[in-house]
Amino acid sequence: MRKNECIAMLLAGGEGRRLGVLTKDLAKPAVHFGGKYRIIDFTLSNCVHSGIETVGVLTQYQPLELTQHLGIGTPWGLDRREGGMHVLPPYVRQKGGSWYKGTANAIYQNLGFIERYDPEYVLIISGDHIYKMNYDLLLDAHKKNEADATIAVISVPWAEASRFGILSVDEEGRVVEFAEKPKKPTSNLASMGVYMFSWPVLKEALIRDEANRASSNDFGKDIIPTMLAEEARLFSYQFDDYWKDVGTIDSLWEANMDLLEDKPSLKLNDRSWRIFSASPNQPAQYIAPTAKVQGSLINEGCVIEGRVNRSVLFHGARVGEGSIVEDSILMPGAIIGKDAKVIRAIVGEGAIVGEGCEVGSVEAEDIAVVGSGETIRPLAELKEAEPV
Amino acid sequence: MKLPMMGVINLIHEADEMEALTANRCLATVPFGGRYRLIDFTLSSMVNSGIPKVAVFAHRKFRSLMDHLGSGSNWDLHRKQSGLFVLPPSMEDQTDFGKGDLYHFYRNRDYFYRSPLDYVVISRSHMVCNVDFVKVLDQHRETGADITVVCKNAPEGMPGLARKAKVNGAGRIVEMQDHFGRLDSNIVSMEMYVLSKDLLLDLVETSLAQGRDHFVRHSILSRLNQLQVNAYLHEGVLGVVNNIAAYYQHSMELLRPEVWKELFFQPGSIYTKVKDEPPTHYRNGADVTNSLVANGCDIEGEVHNSILFRGVKVARGAVVRNSIVMQNGVISENGSLENCILDKEVEIRASQQLKGSIEMPFIALKRKVI
Repeated sequence: MRKNECIAMLLAGGEGRRLGVLTKDLAKPAVHFGGKYRIIDFTLSNCVHSGIETVGVLTQYQPLELTQHLGIGTPWGLDRREGGMHVLPPYVRQKGGSWYKGTANAIYQNLGFIERYDPEYVLIISGDHIYKMNYDLLLDAHKKNEADATIAVISVPWAEASRFGILSVDEEGRVVEFAEKPKKPTSNLASMGVYMFSWPVLKEALIRDEANRASSNDFGKDIIPTMLAEEARLFSYQFDDYWKDVGTIDSLWEANMDLLEDKPSLKLNDRSWRIFSASPNQPAQYIAPTAKVQGSLINEGCVIEGRVNRSVLFHGARVGEGSIVEDSILMPGAIIGKDAKVIRAIVGEGAIVGEGCEVGSVEAEDIAVVGSGETIRPLAELKEAEPV
Repeated sequence: MKLPMMGVINLIHEADEMEALTANRCLATVPFGGRYRLIDFTLSSMVNSGIPKVAVFAHRKFRSLMDHLGSGSNWDLHRKQSGLFVLPPSMEDQTDFGKGDLYHFYRNRDYFYRSPLDYVVISRSHMVCNVDFVKVLDQHRETGADITVVCKNAPEGMPGLARKAKVNGAGRIVEMQDHFGRLDSNIVSMEMYVLSKDLLLDLVETSLAQGRDHFVRHSILSRLNQLQVNAYLHEGVLGVVNNIAAYYQHSMELLRPEVWKELFFQPGSIYTKVKDEPPTHYRNGADVTNSLVANGCDIEGEVHNSILFRGVKVARGAVVRNSIVMQNGVISENGSLENCILDKEVEIRASQQLKGSIEMPFIALKRKVI
């Protein structure tokens, strides 16, 4: 890919309300995933592997931890003298400023940034999906079709189709119909929220959309339907690999569990497509004589003295002697005391489950969640603490 | 806080009896502890103590060293000013290789001159420890010593080749001998010498002028009467790792939690080159006990009392016992290892069995297929 032929704009402002206590103090793209990563690492790594070396990261809600993680892009090799990664928060201008109103408005507010690089194509992606995709192939398809915009799509189960933006395409792959979260879907091709635009087309569409007061300034709700109505050359690009929106507790838990399969559909151990992340710099994990670890992913700095089954443990997590951790996720630095039971649960960063405590159960329908920094204390200890 | 001290990691003529492990690399980059190289311990100690400028005097087989250190960014030594300096051997002809460290210090004297830092610590790379040089410098200044040598009191003795020192009641070193000497003392030198920059430059010039070119032997051992050389006693963990027995024994020591808790975290963290390996995957049927396991491993078999470096595969039915398997090692189905050290990228074929003894572990060369 020629330098700056294509630049990426990564939408990373997501509030992540549906992740509850896990996003209390951080933006959704900064949520931990897969034992060592954060969700945004996947899209950033995709950019680098696809040869995209200029990435604008649009931040908004709770950006502290996210921007700290991003730094100047060093872990992804995006600390470049020219191009590289740029964090783009909303800011106040002379004529007043505003928060990013919608996805399209967020890009509109950064037209100046894009113009600085004057690319031929702009890739719009979001920082809250887990997948490995070569955007260069998407660009190839876009060029071949002489498209104005190309939307990456994935086949989803018919039953779930109404949760997504659904496209209908003709035999050439040209989009003929687009419906955001339709009640009666006519197709099961869902938009992945990955758009390749020819820059002049996008620029014009964004300026017109901004001028339209009725618009909600969103790609899925406004830009794409308008382009379709005006018979722009909109094409689909079929993606057949692993892709998951990890916006809810259930899907976050499921996507982590997917990694534990014998032959996981998302391979983390693929040397040709490493997922890069900031390194926690911890020593090798220690598995004690009393430990038993099965079907799990364990990261550096963990100390395991109990039993761990079908679980994902982030760096520095500890499991005390006699404890059982099953079908669970322990975020960085989570500590499970002795003789505790953690089943079907997500234990937040630095949270403590005290000696003998139980979190979650096999029967429970919902995944139990312990928020970051919270402490679960044993019953006896609570009683002692109560005033007489 | 910045310490007014510059660091020297001296790799010139390092004592080396590491056999196959240093066939293609210098002692400084021998892998240790699942994800580190020996030099990481000294380098991290210096950085954590606030030493802003570190020179590594490279000597032989330093390709792996350059690869490992890079720009120094992993130790936060990629600075606009000061930071990391890798100084390759300065040679005019082949015979210069044989010359001692003072010769190389002299040839690189600009490194010392061009810095306002008043003190220097000269160390080796094979001391596995976590030292606070702030305390060493404090003691050095308080006692008014000319030279302060970091030492360790080891009444039980320890493996590895180290100099021994005799210390009087006032903490002054009155006698020091190379490792083969008969000196009866529990005090082991950690080969870390703190002195003022001016004294160092003076020692370099006067020793060389007398035709002598070894820093410790010629500048220090022969001047114990004239210079006040004091010992600083290090309280923490120490592994003198410069022969195979010491390498194996100190690696196995890491399986005691109290040892790694101290070594890897106290007083600071040990840094190393970042690798983007995923977390280790323990598959159903895996049976791992009392082991240190780095990232990127894929374990289906048994691992006991062992250290696995990054990216090691242990297939179904394979058994690894009391062994050290370095980066990307593969133990195929039903293969077994006991008391072995496998260098990087060694592959053990299916059902192959290897066994060494605790005193004499079996060593496999890098990239060997067995």
